Amino acid sequence: MRYLPKSPSERQEMLAAIGVKSIEELFSSIPEPYRLKKPLNLPGPLSETEVIQYFQARAAENSAGYTSFLGAGVYNHLRSVVTDTILQRGEFLTSYTPYQAEISQGTLQAIFEFQTLMCQLTGQEVANASMYDGSTATTEAVLMAERLTGRRRVLVARSLHPEYREVLRTYAKNSGLKIEEISYTAMGTLDLNAVKAALREDVCAVVVQSPNFFGAIENLGPLADAAHGSGALLVVAVAEALSLGIVKPPAEADIVAMEAQSFGLAPSYGGPFAGVVATREKFVRQMPGRLAGQTADQDGRRGFVLTLATREQHIRREKATSNICTNQALCALAATVHLTLLGKEGLREMAEQNLAKAQFALEELEKIPGVRRTFSAPFFNEFTVELPRSVKLVNAELLREKIVGPFVVGSVYPELTKRALVCVTETTTRAEIERFVAGVRHALAQPL
Amino acid sequence: MAYPKQFRYTKEHEWVDAKDGNARIGITDYAQHELGDVVFVELPPAGKQLASGKTFGSVESVKAVSDIYAPVSGEVIEANAALQNKPELINTDPHGEGWLVKAKLANPAELNSLMDAAAYDAYIAEKQKEASA
Repeated sequence: MRYLPKSPSERQEMLAAIGVKSIEELFSSIPEPYRLKKPLNLPGPLSETEVIQYFQARAAENSAGYTSFLGAGVYNHLRSVVTDTILQRGEFLTSYTPYQAEISQGTLQAIFEFQTLMCQLTGQEVANASMYDGSTATTEAVLMAERLTGRRRVLVARSLHPEYREVLRTYAKNSGLKIEEISYTAMGTLDLNAVKAALREDVCAVVVQSPNFFGAIENLGPLADAAHGSGALLVVAVAEALSLGIVKPPAEADIVAMEAQSFGLAPSYGGPFAGVVATREKFVRQMPGRLAGQTADQDGRRGFVLTLATREQHIRREKATSNICTNQALCALAATVHLTLLGKEGLREMAEQNLAKAQFALEELEKIPGVRRTFSAPFFNEFTVELPRSVKLVNAELLREKIVGPFVVGSVYPELTKRALVCVTETTTRAEIERFVAGVRHALAQPL
Repeated sequence: MAYPKQFRYTKEHEWVDAKDGNARIGITDYAQHELGDVVFVELPPAGKQLASGKTFGSVESVKAVSDIYAPVSGEVIEANAALQNKPELINTDPHGEGWLVKAKLANPAELNSLMDAAAYDAYIAEKQKEASA
């Protein structure tokens, strides 16, 4: 977007054209007490050189040279310069949500390819053009289940990402939707018996994440059967999309809510992300957001159109299926390019590396006296371990060694103190894992 | 297209064809024309209660999704299953094959507050005059 500064004489000219003398007079309809009497509390203008220096300083705050074992919803994966090169093409980078969609054939085709990839990964029949992130996608999936079933209670796994649960609670706060949390077993997976006991005829959906927040992979089949048995839908959230390179797609789910950040989006300052909602075709009219479709023009040539826009807020107002229609087109494009570069084999290989390295890290950590695996369920690239002392203290020691330590599980699960959620991806080398394990061993050996 | 004499009409462009306490309900030729090609219809299942003036479903055309308002109160006996695969019946035969639901009337006296064909014709003519003004 261009920034066009105005000179004082241009301002005067504009004011004169509409018949007022000053900016103050322009805003005179705003009552006196509501007008700001002092300048905005903002830093002053900077020269071009100063702006560049400012951003170089901010860029230097990035944790370059650090090795990270932090995941918990944001994952560090290899990215190709090809992705950035395509993202930075002006046609993609500067274009906004196409409201006159069909003139933007390139954007629509990119969205169509993204949807196709997301369907293949999730085992679902339709996927939307993306949403803000995994948390809003999960909430939208629940609202969709509510519309489809006409029921007002939802069973949510306590092992669903804590921030996803928080977003859902915010939406539910004034809508009348009742949320019931279901705990986890010693395996770290959702307690199926507790789900069965809580299922009643007013439950619209069972929401489970897989791999869940503790890293545990859920057994979705029995959960789907239980939910369907009482007329509820199964919503599966996927926070680590790369897991689908090796884990069976959640085809049993009625709605899949996914975070696609792992595909080509760097974890810089925690964003931006790209959410996805995928579902069965019969539910498509309650799916939030937009959908690009492939068709043929009057001469039989392939073309792309925006379908289902009739249910978006700029047409349907308060009856829209969602009030966040803006898709993350650029982020979705990054995911599309990234996945296309990897291909089916590459994706699987990358996933296998995550699995193998995480397994190795766990085995090495368990050699340290007092370090125990918390949950027995299979995991992908994240697992929970118990340390004999505070994870925060251990992390402080690790940071000195330029290692960003694991997530402090006790900070959001009071019942799980001294638990660390360790993430190991393909970006982590064997030497780095060994250095991390040595760092943990060293930190635990420090006198208190 | 002529508006059938035995029907009653609403300002939201629904029609009711009532007989012996039961009624068929649909949208008028004017409504289908305004909507354009209908691509999907959402209808309530049998047993659902209709409340006069409240929405009970929606019609999706290529241009928009529009709510359908119940012209009278009652209970749905049947939804037109043919519309699931052939929603275009609403465009081709809005007053016949394109009916939406059959309902058992809760209060037949409500029919008296609706327009007859002549009044609806005049109402449409007024609308069209406004639109071309």
